[in-house]
Amino acid sequence: MPKQIHLAAHFPGVNNTTVWSDPAAGSHIEFDSFVKLAQTAERARFDFFFLAEGLRLREQGGQIYDLDVVGRPDTFTVLAALAAVTEHLGLAGTINSTFNEPYEVARQFASLDHLSGGRAAWNVVTSWDAFTGENFRRGGFLAESDRYSRATQALETAKELYDSWPADAIAADKASGVFLRHPDAGTFRHTDQHFDISGRFNVPRSPQGGPVILQAGDSDAGREFAAATADAIFSRHGTLEDGQKFYTDVKDRLAKYGRERDSLKVLPAATFVLGDTDNDAQEKARVVRRQQVSGATAIKFLEQLWNRDLSAYDPEGPLPEIDPDVSDDHIARGRASVRMHRDPIATANEWRQKAEAEKLSIRDLIIEVTGRQTFIGSATTIAESINHLVQSDASDGFILVPHVTPGGLDEFAGTVVPLLQEKGVFRTEYEGSTLRENLGLAPR
Amino acid sequence: MSMPNLHLAVALDGAGWAPDAWREPDARPAELFTARYWIDLIAEAEAGKLDFVTIEDALGVQSDDPAQVQGRLDAVLIASRVAPLTRHIGLVPTATVTHTEPFHISKAIATLDYVSRGRAGWRVQLSPKAGEAAHFGRRQVSIDTQASIQDLFDEAADYVEVVRRLWDSWEDDAEIRDAATGRFIDRDKLHYINFEGRFFSVKGPSITPRPPQGQPVVTALAHNDIPYRFAEKSADVVYVTPKDAADARHIVDQVKVRHVFADLVVFLEPVRSAAVLSDARVFTGTPAQLADLLLAWQEAGITGFRLRPGRLPSDLRGITRGLVPELQRRGVFRTQYEPGTLRDRLGLPRPANRYAAEGASVA
Ligand SMILES: Cc1cc2nc3c(=O)[nH]c(=O)nc-3n(C[C@H](O)[C@H](O)[C@H](O)COP(=O)(O)O)c2cc1C
Repeated sequence: MPKQIHLAAHFPGVNNTTVWSDPAAGSHIEFDSFVKLAQTAERARFDFFFLAEGLRLREQGGQIYDLDVVGRPDTFTVLAALAAVTEHLGLAGTINSTFNEPYEVARQFASLDHLSGGRAAWNVVTSWDAFTGENFRRGGFLAESDRYSRATQALETAKELYDSWPADAIAADKASGVFLRHPDAGTFRHTDQHFDISGRFNVPRSPQGGPVILQAGDSDAGREFAAATADAIFSRHGTLEDGQKFYTDVKDRLAKYGRERDSLKVLPAATFVLGDTDNDAQEKARVVRRQQVSGATAIKFLEQLWNRDLSAYDPEGPLPEIDPDVSDDHIARGRASVRMHRDPIATANEWRQKAEAEKLSIRDLIIEVTGRQTFIGSATTIAESINHLVQSDASDGFILVPHVTPGGLDEFAGTVVPLLQEKGVFRTEYEGSTLRENLGLAPR
Repeated sequence: MSMPNLHLAVALDGAGWAPDAWREPDARPAELFTARYWIDLIAEAEAGKLDFVTIEDALGVQSDDPAQVQGRLDAVLIASRVAPLTRHIGLVPTATVTHTEPFHISKAIATLDYVSRGRAGWRVQLSPKAGEAAHFGRRQVSIDTQASIQDLFDEAADYVEVVRRLWDSWEDDAEIRDAATGRFIDRDKLHYINFEGRFFSVKGPSITPRPPQGQPVVTALAHNDIPYRFAEKSADVVYVTPKDAADARHIVDQVKVRHVFADLVVFLEPVRSAAVLSDARVFTGTPAQLADLLLAWQEAGITGFRLRPGRLPSDLRGITRGLVPELQRRGVFRTQYEPGTLRDRLGLPRPANRYAAEGASVA
């Protein structure tokens, strides 16, 4: 039997994936937009709905970044409201482990799990920077090297809190007057390097016994954290070779934690452009990418690598001859991608060579190097690509990021999903009532 | 006929405010942690045309007594879960300020305002409890001295100030989607709040745009002088606990807040037991007697009431199906919801954005 594919819908966030200037683009804040995308995903029998997070508005050159979508609502609040207008769809929230305390986050996720009948998932992210920390009481108090030890301990603590209530703790027996069968339900004590807390947790055991755990860091420590604790991993590795390498790497890490290879699902982020034919889709994709990378956006991207003000440069002209500034003070703040350029001078040289060889302007080059459309083609082509990647163990499925909010998934749901269902690789009905069951994970 | 002008809210907590309420014949104690339970209660309150419901919460268990209800879901999430299934009623969850982050609460209440289309409020709660402090392990909290109580309230006032500034940190028309210049927002209409206080500092701006009401309705319970001063500074609605009409008059003279709501624990007939230890006066009697009391206290300057049903759902039904029709007969309570936000219903204008005003005065 072929592997079954898992699919999730990512509500587009605050980067240049979203083409907000498209006439079909609606609000990214009004609740109706969330309802629309979530209900489309549920009609298509997707596993879950996914929200990213950023706790400080991005800045560049000391100013709030204004070229992409800016702003988003609160994750928990949106997901709880979506539980009212969906029945089966998992509700996954990205919540940072550095700027939250375990008792509070654990009760928010346990509450969401109760209120959704067992559909909650926590994408544990670990951004630690002082820039974000300026919005919080304790400021930027964590060293980069401590981000995963805090995440590990926060998650461990949360799991202790979930487990502190036996499933049958509540008797609610009117006749005998016993409300709590186990009078010490919720009792906990946790002491480690980051937390010294004790008392009683105040949310009874939830339908899933705690949210499904997702992880999205890419470093060695991040992959180790995923192998030790996560149910699914949200990766950037959506192509065949890169995907297979990543897939093998993280699945190989499971054995040392006594875990089966199936117990961790690998779900790369993926964007797509559908067309009536492959050629039509390629043409549309070119248009979308030019919409995603305006001249101004291209210069801003270049500044992120160069770590300099390049506003004087012409986006239709050649790359700067000056080298990137390699001092610490990054021009762009609040952006995870900046850390991907580990050796800016070397990358700049590669980019210059590429631009020269292919006669690319700044904008052309940035379109090339930031392109991340995973699937381009007719519905048939895309269905085949997705299935091929999953059956070749490049992933267990995908987290799809449409480039138009909120209708960007409609066509996919209407055309690609039925093809996957015909192939027998995607469900036609939800298997279980909880997200954990739908993902094929063992109960907690 | 006089305009219907009395404001009515109910305070929902577990199976009701009486410790043994969960044992009543129509109580649903095994469902306290389901969405259905809260949807049914709040739909009942909406059927009664009430102004708003508050939902109790705390960062710890209610008691150590296995004969009483223990455990509760996050009140903001309950309110949000119910919001898409209701249309008119205000939703005012409780959230604690002592151990939490104003940045998180600000965006959560703003988002509740979006999902409810302008019906969000917030009941600000402090936690002086050692047990709750131990759940966070970050600090000790004491209320041994007047100064330490004052500190706790000063911190709460700073917290609310930060939340309010964050709500204003986006001007209403900050999102411009200007395709010609490629700018999604006008960054001059976003503002750093740059709050620096004794207890914490917060930079801003919010990640969430200004909510539909501009400022959701901030409410707080207050029993004496320090909390009264806090409420004056921070709240749009204050809940107070008068013993009688004379006391109500005395309190109204002391708190300068637009809306002074009196809290009452309510048992409507038939009454089996009304055993409850309470900060607020406990009323037991008929809907008509309760209506008399409310009108007498309204005379004394009280603008609204937050009734705490002793037993759920029976005393909530007593309110919606007994008290409300009685008040309607007397012409002092709405028979229909008017369209509008919770602020509209309470006669609170949508506030101007403090930062926009600043900009304008400079210009
Ligand atoms: C696909 C993907 C999505 C991510 N989404 C978010 C996000 O929404 N919010 C966030 O704060 N961090 C996000 N991150 C950042 C990581 O979760 C992590 O905090 C950061 O990369 C540091 O960990 P690392 O060094 O292991 O990558 C994402 C990372 C990846 C790979």
